[in-house]
Amino acid sequence: MSGLPPYATTGQRIWYYAFRVICGLIFFFLIAPIVVVMPLSFNAQDFFTFTPEMLRLDPEGYSLKHYRDFFETSDWQAAMWNSLKIAPMATFLSVSFGTLAAIGLSSEHVPFRRAIMAILISPMIVPLIISAAGMYFFYSRIGLQGTYLGVVLAHAVLGIPFVIITVTATLVGFDRSLTRASANMGANPVTTFFRVQMPLIMPGVISGALFAFITSFDEVVVVLFVGSAGQKTLPWQMFIGLREQISPTILAVATMLVAISICLLTVVELLRRRSERLRGLSPG
Amino acid sequence: MTDSSFQTGTQVGDETDSQTGLMLAADGTPLKRSLARALRRQKVRALLLIAPLLLFVMLTFIAPIADMLFRSVENQIVSETLPRTVAKLDEWDADTGVEPGIETFEALYVDLFVAAERKLHTRLGTRLNYEMTGVSSLFRKTGRRLDDFGEVYEDQFNALNAAWKDPKTWVALLAAPGWTTAQADWAKTKKGAEPAFELRPGVAMMLPRTAEAYSEFAKFIQEVDQDSPTDEDPWTLVHTALYMDLTTPGAAYSGPMPDLIAEARTAAVNFTKFDLKQGFLDADKDWADPQVWATIKTYAPKYTPGYFLNAADMQLTPDGIEARPENEQIYGLLFKRTIFMSITITLSCIMLGYPVAWLLANLPMRTANLLMILVLLPFWTSLLVRTSAWKVMLQQQGVINDVLVWLHIVSDDSRLIMINNQFGTIVAMTHILLPFMILPLYSVMQTIQPTYLRAAKSLGATNWTAFWRVYFPQSVPGIGAGSILVFILAIGYYITPEIVGGTTGTFISNRIAYHISSSLNWGLGAALGAILLAAVLILYWAYDKIVGIDNVKLG
Repeated sequence: MSGLPPYATTGQRIWYYAFRVICGLIFFFLIAPIVVVMPLSFNAQDFFTFTPEMLRLDPEGYSLKHYRDFFETSDWQAAMWNSLKIAPMATFLSVSFGTLAAIGLSSEHVPFRRAIMAILISPMIVPLIISAAGMYFFYSRIGLQGTYLGVVLAHAVLGIPFVIITVTATLVGFDRSLTRASANMGANPVTTFFRVQMPLIMPGVISGALFAFITSFDEVVVVLFVGSAGQKTLPWQMFIGLREQISPTILAVATMLVAISICLLTVVELLRRRSERLRGLSPG
Repeated sequence: MTDSSFQTGTQVGDETDSQTGLMLAADGTPLKRSLARALRRQKVRALLLIAPLLLFVMLTFIAPIADMLFRSVENQIVSETLPRTVAKLDEWDADTGVEPGIETFEALYVDLFVAAERKLHTRLGTRLNYEMTGVSSLFRKTGRRLDDFGEVYEDQFNALNAAWKDPKTWVALLAAPGWTTAQADWAKTKKGAEPAFELRPGVAMMLPRTAEAYSEFAKFIQEVDQDSPTDEDPWTLVHTALYMDLTTPGAAYSGPMPDLIAEARTAAVNFTKFDLKQGFLDADKDWADPQVWATIKTYAPKYTPGYFLNAADMQLTPDGIEARPENEQIYGLLFKRTIFMSITITLSCIMLGYPVAWLLANLPMRTANLLMILVLLPFWTSLLVRTSAWKVMLQQQGVINDVLVWLHIVSDDSRLIMINNQFGTIVAMTHILLPFMILPLYSVMQTIQPTYLRAAKSLGATNWTAFWRVYFPQSVPGIGAGSILVFILAIGYYITPEIVGGTTGTFISNRIAYHISSSLNWGLGAALGAILLAAVLILYWAYDKIVGIDNVKLG
């Protein structure tokens, strides 16, 4: 859509602007809920809505009390630490297993490639409630239900499809003659992997890791079933907060999480561009 | 080395083989074999790289799913808790319309006594209650009374000879001599585990019921109570069993303490009798109902389609499969609602996603990238953040209602109810899943040449015709990919419906969660899950056919 041609009729002009207004409204729909949460988290009252003071932009109407709540309530703090413990471990597992497997999958002679791929991607496709139910049954049988290890394993497997997808995507553009050249010059496979292949697929690995991290950090259904009160994570605490005791602390947490998402989004976007530049494609 | 070059290599090898002998690789082996070996090595290396992950996924993900599928048909609880009753019921015909004979009641007495001591009878009651209302209380009530059934005999044996009061008498009668010595050795030190109880050889022939009841008792004392049978008075079940053994003709007794047995045998004939069947009927008159027995018989097999039938609003009755009563048919409705709402959400995602994707694909790259952030930000934002945001927006004292009141569109006392119903779920989930529609649509639309549209217009097409006949058909793959993705995600959603759905806006997932964590009807939860899983896998297969899993792009 490169502007309106000079010969456009009135009807076309109206449609052109109407269409932009419609799109604007849809963008508004996409972004409004997230934006609304932020100012509300500074509410001085325990309300989920704008007070008259807030609308008058009166400083009295705003406060950091919900943020204080978050940092001073032991429940929230425990939940935060649990999330910060579980997510990195799960990410580490999914990235290390996932990257190796993605490299294996990218080689040309993999028997049963489709079937393997289908199995590896399935944690993303199977509804979370089903994974959660299955894991609850199975992990209770083998004594992993209600343990950190159980939650970490469950989250790791949920993150794997993302690592596989992002790393295989970078490997698609990977020039195999580079590894051959390196082998030709006497490097063994391990050296080739760390010195040649790894730096090139690093952007894919990192964005896979970020996806895996956010999957674990944001996951609530599986942890509800596989974890016990001791493994209560941040999303779990939010879920309880939303379902039972509606407290505006949730909005403060939500705002902080949005800030984290913005950081992650920026990193992923920068990585994507870097990876495309490295592969000689124009960033876009 | 690609497949094609490998094949050329073989052909070359074959050709030279027929003319000038084998073509050799650098190390002197035939080229054909050398290449095959290299290929095999590559395959093995690739598989070795994949193997750890595959194993990991199998153990932590596929095995749990398989376990769930297994639980949806598994039904061992009946035959494990009531093994003797189930065996006896085999011979009973439910169509006779009368309850089974006294032998079945005797078997039930033993089974239920053991189960009640092990506190398993309530679990079984709960299980059978899914199939026939009232069984749970029947089992609980009877379980409390069972201990009294044999008291008559216990008192009479004890009155007859004080030796019967001594646990050691029973051990001497029934335990294997080897076990008795081993147990005595163990009792001196109490180190390690007590040797497991063993019956005296031959006693099972002479006093069959007593031997069976006593070994159940000994097993229970050792396993559950962590005590010794030598220190504990046996259950009244054992006394009853002994009475029955002594009053029914059987093999002559030739074990230890023949005098004690002989004395008891003579006296037992004149013992006050306790009518077992009447005892059960006094505990609960439902035991006379053949329907109860028929239910036990119907659910005796180790595997049952019962849960799946239940999930399809049907039930397995002694007379075969039939539909549940009208007022109990909830799952059909729930499945229909889940599908209807998922379709609605998918359609609204198409409606909202198509224009945005079109705009993004047709704007200059720089502007499009900026606007793309507005799509990606919600995509990256925590699901719970977005759900809580919608709770804030939609509730009656929420932002949207406030704005509407402020604009005087609705009055303060007639605020709209937009949450805890289907509307709330549809709006919130459309918002959450919209990026999954926009991203595939955008990537397809980017590849559509704008020149086609211009060509159509220069050939005289109106804007609408050009769009509908030229542009739209090319964007259909994007719609397909996005729709399947959104539908798959929507159909299994749990969190958002749980929070904003109330009672009318919930999905089948919420019911599954309810059965697993609240009602504890795991089998039914698993069966519902299996049906949902089947639906999703079919869609996944379709997605793989249409789009290909390899082509899933993120961000």
